[in-house]
Amino acid sequence: MLVIKDLAVKFPSRFGEFTAIEDVDMTIKPGEIHGLVGESGAGKSTVGAAVIGLLSAPGYIANGELSLGDTNLRNLTPDQAHEIRGDRISMIFQDPQTSLNPLMTIEDQLIETIQAHSNVSDSAARKRAVDLLEEIGIKNAAERIKAYPHQFSGGMRQRVVIALAICTDPELIIADEPTTALDVAVQSQVLDLIRRLARDRQIAFMLITHDIGVIAQIADRVTVMRKGKVMETGDTPQVLGAPTHPYTQALMDAVPPLDHRIARFRVPEEEGTAGVVTGNTAEKWLLEGQQYALTGLTLQDLCVRFAGPRTSLFRKPEPYVALRDVNLDVRPGSIMGLVGESGSGKSTLAKAITGLITPSSGVMRLGDEILPAGKARSRHHPSRQLVQMVFQDPYSSLNSRHRIGAILTEPLWFYGFVQDAKERERLAAAMLELVGMAPDAIDKYPHQFSGGQRQRIAVARALLARPRFLICDEPTSALDVSIQAEILNLLKDLQSMFGLTILFISHNLAVVRQMADDTAVLRNGVIEEMGATEDLFARPKADYTQTLLSLTPVMPREWQSAG
Amino acid sequence: MVAFLKRYEGLWLFVHSPAAIIAAIVAVLIMIGAVFAPWIAQVNPYDLSSFSLFDGLLPPVWQEGANPQYLLGTDDQGRDMISSILYGARLSLIIGLAALTIAAVLGVGLGLAAGYYGGRFDAIVMRIADVQLALPAILTALLIDGIARGILPASMQQDLRVAVLTLAIALSLWVNFARTARASTFVQMNKEYVQAAIMMGQRPSRVMFVHILPNILGPLLVIMTVDLASAILLEATLSFLGIGLPADSPSLGTLIRIGMQFLLSGEWWILWIPTLFLVALVVSINILGDFLRDVFNPRLR
Amino acid sequence: MVYFILKRLVQSVFVMLAVAFLAFSLFRFVGDPITQMTGVETSVADQERLREELGLNDPFIFQFMRFTTDMLQGDFGFSYRTRQPVAEMITDRIPATLELGIVALLISLAVGIPAGVYTALRPKGFATQAILMTTLVGVSIPTFVIGIMLIFVFGVQLGWLPTFGRGGTVQIGGWESSLFTIEGWRALLLPAITLGVYQLTLTMRLVRAEMMEVMRSDYIRFAMARGVPMRKLHYRHALANTMVPVITIIGLQFGGVIAFSIVTESVFQWPGMGLLFLESIRFVDIPVMGVYLVVIAFFFVLVNLIVDLLYVAIDPRLRVKDV
Repeated sequence: MLVIKDLAVKFPSRFGEFTAIEDVDMTIKPGEIHGLVGESGAGKSTVGAAVIGLLSAPGYIANGELSLGDTNLRNLTPDQAHEIRGDRISMIFQDPQTSLNPLMTIEDQLIETIQAHSNVSDSAARKRAVDLLEEIGIKNAAERIKAYPHQFSGGMRQRVVIALAICTDPELIIADEPTTALDVAVQSQVLDLIRRLARDRQIAFMLITHDIGVIAQIADRVTVMRKGKVMETGDTPQVLGAPTHPYTQALMDAVPPLDHRIARFRVPEEEGTAGVVTGNTAEKWLLEGQQYALTGLTLQDLCVRFAGPRTSLFRKPEPYVALRDVNLDVRPGSIMGLVGESGSGKSTLAKAITGLITPSSGVMRLGDEILPAGKARSRHHPSRQLVQMVFQDPYSSLNSRHRIGAILTEPLWFYGFVQDAKERERLAAAMLELVGMAPDAIDKYPHQFSGGQRQRIAVARALLARPRFLICDEPTSALDVSIQAEILNLLKDLQSMFGLTILFISHNLAVVRQMADDTAVLRNGVIEEMGATEDLFARPKADYTQTLLSLTPVMPREWQSAG
Repeated sequence: MVAFLKRYEGLWLFVHSPAAIIAAIVAVLIMIGAVFAPWIAQVNPYDLSSFSLFDGLLPPVWQEGANPQYLLGTDDQGRDMISSILYGARLSLIIGLAALTIAAVLGVGLGLAAGYYGGRFDAIVMRIADVQLALPAILTALLIDGIARGILPASMQQDLRVAVLTLAIALSLWVNFARTARASTFVQMNKEYVQAAIMMGQRPSRVMFVHILPNILGPLLVIMTVDLASAILLEATLSFLGIGLPADSPSLGTLIRIGMQFLLSGEWWILWIPTLFLVALVVSINILGDFLRDVFNPRLR
Repeated sequence: MVYFILKRLVQSVFVMLAVAFLAFSLFRFVGDPITQMTGVETSVADQERLREELGLNDPFIFQFMRFTTDMLQGDFGFSYRTRQPVAEMITDRIPATLELGIVALLISLAVGIPAGVYTALRPKGFATQAILMTTLVGVSIPTFVIGIMLIFVFGVQLGWLPTFGRGGTVQIGGWESSLFTIEGWRALLLPAITLGVYQLTLTMRLVRAEMMEVMRSDYIRFAMARGVPMRKLHYRHALANTMVPVITIIGLQFGGVIAFSIVTESVFQWPGMGLLFLESIRFVDIPVMGVYLVVIAFFFVLVNLIVDLLYVAIDPRLRVKDV
């Protein structure tokens, strides 16, 4: 049993000590899956690192008790701590692509780990490794064990990682976002596996995640953290179903439900309201710019092929088909949701529309005009202004060497909207207010803002081009759930205010359900199903959509707040 | 003050790095000495009438038989060592900086464009870089020097020595810049701010120089510092091999070559003082380069 | 995998062709070969006849093709200065330079890799800081100064080691080696150290940087979390993964070693290719310069092909296909 009491971890820095976590209490019983949930900066990974003794330098445990069974984890010498790692505590990392040594076979890595903690012969260790792989669901293990990590798919690799973590029969496993990098179907298999291991082998799991759906699905107990402190802890149904702490309540309010649509997210102390005075100027300016009425987009038999990897001098490389015969009709003034897992071709579609890549065939129409493809689209084509994009990663979508003012005024002079430099700055400041930011942000640089604030700035930049068609490519997937709620609210407001047509791309079904009027489901470059959002979610026709909907972790309806 | 330093992390690190401070002081002192050599130095080593053989081979002041007028002694021609070194450092720095500028402009331009356009243009630039890599810096420099000897009439050779030397060094250094700029540009090309700029329909030159360039300056600055040191070393080496600058307009390398003749005799200062000077200059620049690398790549700290 | 190697082979051929072209242009355009080959007393008509005989009036591309074919058959032309066949002059000198370069490279690896590993694993230690500072000074001292200092200390002051020439050499086949006599080794020591110091510092810094990068990777942290013994962790996991980029750079460095041997050979009067090249530059002996270029580029390309093969051996991702 893991017992944590009053745990505090500090990081000394040149500006004094930074307290990462404080007063953390937690117990995890054998066989218990204990969810540790919180937004970025909550310190949840620090708790895990402190338990396994791998705090990144210069962090140290400043206070508290830490014990596993009758072993006091704080009293160990570095050598003793290393003995315990693997033997009694192990860990699963987020990304199976990078957690395995690429130069060693699975077999070598397993045998090495087994022999590190028990004195067994090679052949005995090998037998144990093969049995374990079989148990974990890798077929033909005796043969597959000779393979290198890169020969396994992502989901299989995560199984291998889990096999490595449990091959020494540890009492406790710290799983740090174990399914975040995986697709829904694989995620559900891995979660099943974790549940089975906890039940059959009585392994205690500390499941660190930001995904409340995952917690709801498999955690027995849950601890909610925020800014290094524990907000609330208890049995999962109690904490998620009847939260007592206001933070947990707000968090639950921000989680988009999968099974129904809510008008707006309830956000505490909503910053997202438009500024009264100057925000109006921006609003007026934008409304003035609607020379076209609502603008839709149609795609006809759009195909995108990439040259595949060349494997022979003599054969032509097999082309890789990213999009196959995609037909899509985004109605003017509506939001079209595009759902798909990683590699389904959603981003390729966005790039084809914006002209960053050239489709191999098919026709794109913006309004009534044909949209020239890729390189054929001149730099001065009107669509360059009418179509704007909000990107996924707010940390890379703003040029970090440019002032916010420079970033925001660029579209104004570039498209020739406003000639006077002072006027441009004024309008940019007004637009900042419209998206819920203080206008003095204009003199700062992107790194001075949080992810959510940057995403607001990115939205402002897109609006300053007076677009009629907005592409949002996973605009909230890099953000915490409470920030996501704010940005989604903002996008909804702006859409209704200016009659924008939006293509909303996301891997998150629940988010799409909240945002989109119509939804299309994309898989391996093919549209599996398309229709009105409510219909599609209530009565999915394609098998794939049904599977997706059934495997996405959700909270039981009775836990959800009224919304 | 703390808030200020917090904002400018590099400055904070600088204030707390004694090695970097000392290196900066040494480098700046030498550079000032080099820039103002014509006003500081008491003798013009290029002007035969300003010194005399009678003052030849005087040791530095702390040794017996010295003339206090010549603090670090004189060489066999009677030239004041300090003056020779200041003028030599001046020449070394001029050549180094000029070569660096040419290499940086050429390399960064090609690297940026290769990273931006990719495809065939990139392949061509990189193949040329491959060829350049197969012929290491010193070889390229020697080769260009050799070609210049073959092509230029003898009368012009002396006048164009500095230009040829600069060009030779520049051509041997551009690959560094090109490869670094290209690699960094590739990284930036996948960043969404660049895609946003391209989508808007901005001119390629604007995307490259206004958007991408400021974001890849960090690694380029490091290369620039390290390559300034390389350029100075290369110049010294070429001059030492006797194919750099002639003895009547000595750079630091030439001074060392001249000093070699005194390796076995007692006049150690003619060899070792310019050597010490050269090493001090290059070490300081390299320490600064190392420091910059740490600033831009905090994970190596 | 086969494709990977073939691609590299094609690239190497391209590099060799480009260098051959460079050498040919040198020969053809830097000075007039005819005036170089003939004396002042040769009449204009004779010169013209010679020009025609040598095919110098043929179209450029034919001349280049002939030049390349000749080279492939081992015909490298004649030196302007000594009138000897260039092939002979160069092959006589190759053993000296190669032995010097390889020993220097081995010194730099034997010291540089362990030092790099040590300083990466103990980044805060006093010894690490001292080593880092020393190497920084090491890269800042010109090779020739290091040579002079070594000569001064070990040759002049202490008188322990010879300061020029190759000492005793033994003929093995056509190869004149100094690796089989004590005298030869004594003579080799100072030049090899001189040449190796710069490479050593580069190798060390590179290994250190890569090792630190690898030590932060997920798979090392995961191996830590599984309690893999530290020694295995450092060498079997971390160092092995470090080797992939390190080998590339070492391949690139080999060219540098050969090139910098020009300086070392000049300081120690080592009778290798570099010294020959220096002399040929002084006398604008274009054929020798050109052939030297081609030979250097050939070594460079060869070493880098070997590096590519090593890659395949080390990295299963290049060897085994995805399943």
